[in-house]
Amino acid sequence: MSPSDGRRERLLQLTPALLLLAAVVAAPILRIVQLSLFRVELHQGVVARWAGLDQFLRLWQDGRWWITLGNTAFFTGSSVGLEMGLGVAFALLIHPRFRARGAVRALVLLPWALPTAVMSLAWGWIFNDSFGVINDLLGRLGLIRGPVAWLGQPGTAMLALVVADVWKNTPFVTLIVLAGLQGIPEQVLEAARVDGLAAWPRFRRVVLPLLAPSLLVALAFRGVQAYGAFDLPYVLTGGGPGGATETVSLYAYQNYFRYLDFGYGSAIVVQGVALATLLALAMMRLAGSRGRQGA
Amino acid sequence: MSPASPRAGRRAGIALLRGAAVAVVLAWSLAPAIWQALTALKPDAQITHIPTIYLPHPPVWLHVAALWERKPFGLYLANSAWIAGWATLLCLAVAAPAAAALARMPGRGREGLLLALLVVSLFPPILLLFPLYEGVRALGWINHPLALVLPNAALNLPLAVWVLESALRGLPVELDEAARLDGLGPVRRLWRIHLPLALPALATTAVLVFIFCWNEFMLALTFMTRDPSKTVTAGIATVSGASLYEIPWGQLSAAIVIATLPLMVLVLLFQRGIVSGLTRGALKG
Repeated sequence: MSPSDGRRERLLQLTPALLLLAAVVAAPILRIVQLSLFRVELHQGVVARWAGLDQFLRLWQDGRWWITLGNTAFFTGSSVGLEMGLGVAFALLIHPRFRARGAVRALVLLPWALPTAVMSLAWGWIFNDSFGVINDLLGRLGLIRGPVAWLGQPGTAMLALVVADVWKNTPFVTLIVLAGLQGIPEQVLEAARVDGLAAWPRFRRVVLPLLAPSLLVALAFRGVQAYGAFDLPYVLTGGGPGGATETVSLYAYQNYFRYLDFGYGSAIVVQGVALATLLALAMMRLAGSRGRQGA
Repeated sequence: MSPASPRAGRRAGIALLRGAAVAVVLAWSLAPAIWQALTALKPDAQITHIPTIYLPHPPVWLHVAALWERKPFGLYLANSAWIAGWATLLCLAVAAPAAAALARMPGRGREGLLLALLVVSLFPPILLLFPLYEGVRALGWINHPLALVLPNAALNLPLAVWVLESALRGLPVELDEAARLDGLGPVRRLWRIHLPLALPALATTAVLVFIFCWNEFMLALTFMTRDPSKTVTAGIATVSGASLYEIPWGQLSAAIVIATLPLMVLVLLFQRGIVSGLTRGALKG
């Protein structure tokens, strides 16, 4: 069999996957970029007028867009920050061998496998102002006086969103860090122990640098997912009260299906993805240059 | 800590501390689901009792029973199972040959393609939502299962290819040569030789893809406008629409528990595969 036969065979094997991705991913991306450059209006049917970059200029003057961007940034920063810290802690806790480790791991990972939309409702019940269990627990501990309308005030609604997201997604970070920990040879830790390093310096100076690639993967995935969060805010707060928890995805969705402003909705999404890409590239450069310094 | 054996004492202390920490983490991870289950088993008077009643006494099944009468809850479950099942099959059918091709591809091209797939899996779903909606409408697929089967299969393709590729790459090349000499074409090689050997990875992938398809919400919410066509996530989450004060919390809790039960069973059954099989860096949530 000649090498070119092998290549043709591989191409054939890849074709169905490429076709599926072309139809469901590539074509929609081209379409949304196109839509973002048009002003789409509904006068007895859809009328699209070329708008160039008008929609993007409109974004910069749209106060609501700035607010959603701020909400999204705050939500992403605080929930992903907490998830990274807790995720590493959980992983370190359940990495060593102990009795019933398999079952414990499965249960710790469980929140990640449950549907976000459905569990957001569950959190809505927990944070319910009249009958929510949070109010009862905090009341019994004497931390609050009288029930708090968690989802009815801007600050506490955002807090509820972050708590629910940390619950849901910390296991994802734990999973990735567990994988990273499995990749660290036992001899390395043994050597550090022989060198007399205590637990914290051993973690800080030996384990953490070796975990850096896993942490970067977790950070990238969680950052992007939190930035695009839709299910959780849609169900738990609906973006309220008064837009205080409206994320970029939610605002785009409103433009699409409530205001029927398809061009503007598309511009919000395209701009959002462009901003995220720039941010990611900047972070990668930063990580790259720091990695080189460390080497 | 006894001064005679400070080391042993310290070790016991650490084990105790670890046990306590594990208990706290478990409580935090399970509390929301347990609270739903407790709520589902309480009569309404206990659900709205102040101060909160923690344990249902006695537990009642009336909310679970009422669930099947009011909304087409059984249909939601059937729709989710049907759509997630077909999407998983399609996803694996397309991912397996692609993974086999990548596993035997020379280094450079393989890494490039795997990286491209990783980038695809990073795209937020809102990026694709509206163009997909246009397509679904144009094809007359609103309320049709295909409207969700195809996107779900495609969106989980990167994960499936990553996991399968790393499993297939581990198989010895000599197997391929032998199968080729026996005159097996690429399809039969994959079906008869490769996939049976990669069965654990295949099972893990199937479970994960199924879970993600079952959990999908945004597309289901948008493409399924008729109640009998909805999946369980979209069906339950739109229950709350009417009025905040009239939400039947008992029934809703029962619905939440039942919608998440299949996933809990899957995770508990396949945890070993999910943790160890999937830890090759291929992840999506």
